[in-house]
Order: sequence, then C-alpha cells, then structure tokens
Amino acid sequence: MSRVVITGLGAVSALGLDVRAHSEALRAGRCAIGPLATIVTEGLVTKIGAEARGFDASAYFESGKLALLDRCAQFALVAAREAITTGGLGFRGGLGSRTAVVIGAGVGGQLTLDENYYRVYAQGAKRLHPFTIPKLMISAAASHITMEHGITGPSFTVASACASANHAIGIAFQMVRSGAVEVAVTGGTEAAITFGTMKGWDALRVMAPDTCRPFSHDRKGMVLGEGAAIVVLENLERAQARNAEILGEIVGFGMSSDAGDIVLPSPDGAVAAMQACLADARLAPEDVGYINAHGTGTAANDITETKAIHMVMGEHAKRLAVSSTKSMHGHALGAAGALELAATVIALREGFIPPTANFTAPDPQCDLDYVPNEARSQRVDVAISNSFAFGGQNAVLALRR
Amino acid sequence: MSIDQTETVGKTDSSSVESDVLDIIAKQAKVERATLTRRTALAELNIQSLDLVEIIFALEDKFDLEVPYNANDPRSAGVSFENVGDVIDGIAKLIAQRDARKTA
Repeated sequence: MSRVVITGLGAVSALGLDVRAHSEALRAGRCAIGPLATIVTEGLVTKIGAEARGFDASAYFESGKLALLDRCAQFALVAAREAITTGGLGFRGGLGSRTAVVIGAGVGGQLTLDENYYRVYAQGAKRLHPFTIPKLMISAAASHITMEHGITGPSFTVASACASANHAIGIAFQMVRSGAVEVAVTGGTEAAITFGTMKGWDALRVMAPDTCRPFSHDRKGMVLGEGAAIVVLENLERAQARNAEILGEIVGFGMSSDAGDIVLPSPDGAVAAMQACLADARLAPEDVGYINAHGTGTAANDITETKAIHMVMGEHAKRLAVSSTKSMHGHALGAAGALELAATVIALREGFIPPTANFTAPDPQCDLDYVPNEARSQRVDVAISNSFAFGGQNAVLALRR
Repeated sequence: MSIDQTETVGKTDSSSVESDVLDIIAKQAKVERATLTRRTALAELNIQSLDLVEIIFALEDKFDLEVPYNANDPRSAGVSFENVGDVIDGIAKLIAQRDARKTA
C-alpha cells in the first residue's frame, strides 16, 4: 500500500479562475453568489447563483477544439492544466500508461443538451450539429483530459449527484494506494446552470432566494454554483524521488448509502461514511481539526449533518471547526467535493480555516463552531471533507497537511 | 360530503376549488376523498416532504398560479399546509389575488 500525496491542484469557480484566486477569496471570506448573468432569469423563481464570472473559453481553447467542448469539459480542462502544470508532471514517454483520469460529474453537458433540445423541440430544427453527442456526454471531460495530456491508463467518470467528485477522488486515491496506477488526475466538474435545469431546481422548492447561509438560523436553502477542481495524486515514493512539492496527503476515504429517501438525508448514512473514512485513515475523532461540511444551507441537511458530526466526534465535536465553503462558491453539484477538497488543501497548507459566509445567527439545532464570516488563522493537521448526495450516496475524504 | 362547510373559502367558485383541492390531496395521499375533512392534518395522511412538493405542483398546474413555497422556510408561502382546510383557503386566496391582478 502506497501513501498518496497531492502534487498538483487546479480550480475554476465563482471564486476565481485559478488556485491563487481561490486562496484569496477563501481567506477573505468572499461570497461569490450574485444575480445570474449567464442565463435569462425571467420566469425563474431562483435568480441567483455562483457563476464563474469572467471565464472566457476562447482564452483557453482554439476555436476548432472549442466546438467540441461543453462548458463542463472546459472547466475540467482548465483546472487540469493548472494542476498538471504546477505539479510539474509530463505524461508522454511512459508515465501516461500508469496514470488514471477519474472525474466526477453530476449531469455532464447540460448546456449542450438544453440548447439542442430547444432547437429540436421548440424551434423545430431539422438537424443538429454533429458534435452534439460527443459534447454532451457526461464522460467527455475525462476523455478530453486524457487526450490533451497523453494519458493512456484507466479513465472514466463517476456520477453520484452532489457526491460525484468525492467518489471520483476517493476511487482515484484507492487506485494509487493499491498500486494499480502511479498517478491519478482526479476531481470534479459541473456547468449545470441552464434555464431548464433551474426550472427543475425551482420545482424542488429547496433553493434560497437571497443567498446561501449554511447552519445559520435564517438559512433558506441552497444556491447553485459551477466550476471544476482537479488534483494530481501521486504515490509518495514517486513524488519524493522527483522532489515534487507535496501539497497534502489523502489519508482515508469512506462511503455509505442511506437506503432511505431520494432527497431527505439521514444522519445514520452520514455517520457511517465519516466513520468509514476515519477507520480507513486510522484516525481517531480527536485527530480531526477541521471539517469541510457538505453544508448546503437547506433546513434538512444542516441539522442532519450537525447531528451526524456529534454522533461521530462525541465530545470532540464542540472543539473542532466546521465550515461550509458552499456559502462562497455555491453548490457546484458534481464539482462540489473537488472545490471543497481544493479549499481544504489550501486551508491546511496556508494555515487558516475558511469561514461559513453569510452567517447571521445560530440555529439551536446547529450548535457547532461554524467559523462564521471570517477566516481563522489556525494550523490544522487533519481535516475531513463531507459530501452527502441526493439519493443518500455519501462520500468522505480525509486529508493531512 | 363530509366536509365541514362552516367557513367560506372566498368568492371564487369556492365549491369547485374545494373539490379540486380535495381530489389532489386524496390522490397524493392515496386515500378516499370522502375520508378528508377540512380539519384533516396533512401529517395524519403521512404526507412526506416530496409528497407535499408534488401536491403544490399539482395545485399550481390545476389553478395556473404560483405557490411561493420554500421547503426551508414553509411560512414564507403565505399558505399553511397544516390541514386540508388551510390548503383550500390558501389556494382560494391565491386565486383571488391572481384574478385581482388580472383585472387590475
């Protein structure tokens, strides 16, 4: 069994278009939620979101290639480039076949799907562009990463709604740890802010009209985000042999299923996933200094997650810090776990805990230290990052600095 | 009908609103419509959160109106979903508001 370290990191979201921008925003506690600008909001109940403002695809891709890329794949490719470039790895000449690409995505090329359905069903288009299918397929982002970097080992996409990225990163971690591959390029991507999708979210009645206030007494629900974060995982010996800069270590991964409700979370499922993660990492509750919470800002999640943290951590629950960075970058669905792992890596490396933004006052049923509104300078050695998806699919990662 | 008619439901065609609301709730709760009264609590019917969201969807579709319901903040809707009578009255109120806006 190899130890698995992070040697590359890339991120694109409403917080900014690279890791440096994420670091600055997380430290400043800057909420990037605002009025939706990429879609028409007339006819929508929910008119806010956390969009990757200023993301200009033509700055990253030449037009021929761009024609094949949904925004979802664009985000993943840009984050992967940053992760691979800063990680200093080249895959051509042997390593490519010993490297995996495992990407989480909730829905895939939703903009392409929406746009083309509109053409066919509403506008009566007689034909669609031949790239429609390769653009919309959920696995496109992973494929494009392999093509751009010459990675010829295993590659696939993992879908488990809001836990997709954590499942993807966790599986990639297991593949590197077991020796199946030496390196993995992994993370999550999502670009699901479309008019049609927003209508669907409106119908579920869980979206906040104002902003995302996880764990706060006046929280009114979730706010959608978008983006991608990609990490390069590498076995420790290899990273040390090439003197790579080590950004952190993944030390454990736990999964569970609620086998309960399709939308309502269960504390038992969340507890099982956190406990499985701690056991996998051989960690005691007292070792954990920070939890990057799933923290969607819905009434149901935040109470359930708080209860689950109490059940897993016991007395230690009151001593550790818990925050939801979704309060800043929104809920990026299939990319959520990856953006949150990126936030956690940055936080541990730079010695601060990112806050829960937009926090106004405590909810009696949410009684932990949520690091309200301001980042806290604090050295943390071990953190866990929770993802609890619709459908009760839970995945928790443990990270050591 | 076993419906307690002691309260009025507004000046829109109240009996048909009431009848449609009862149909929708009975269908979602999978109970005989005749077993529902104005005082029946939705909780007694074992209506879970998604069932309620489906009921609201059906009501909006039936009456062509928006019920501003947020599951995180149920009181914001201005319509109570405690019991059957609340729903009937709330929908009647929303219909009246909608019609007032149309004629305004």
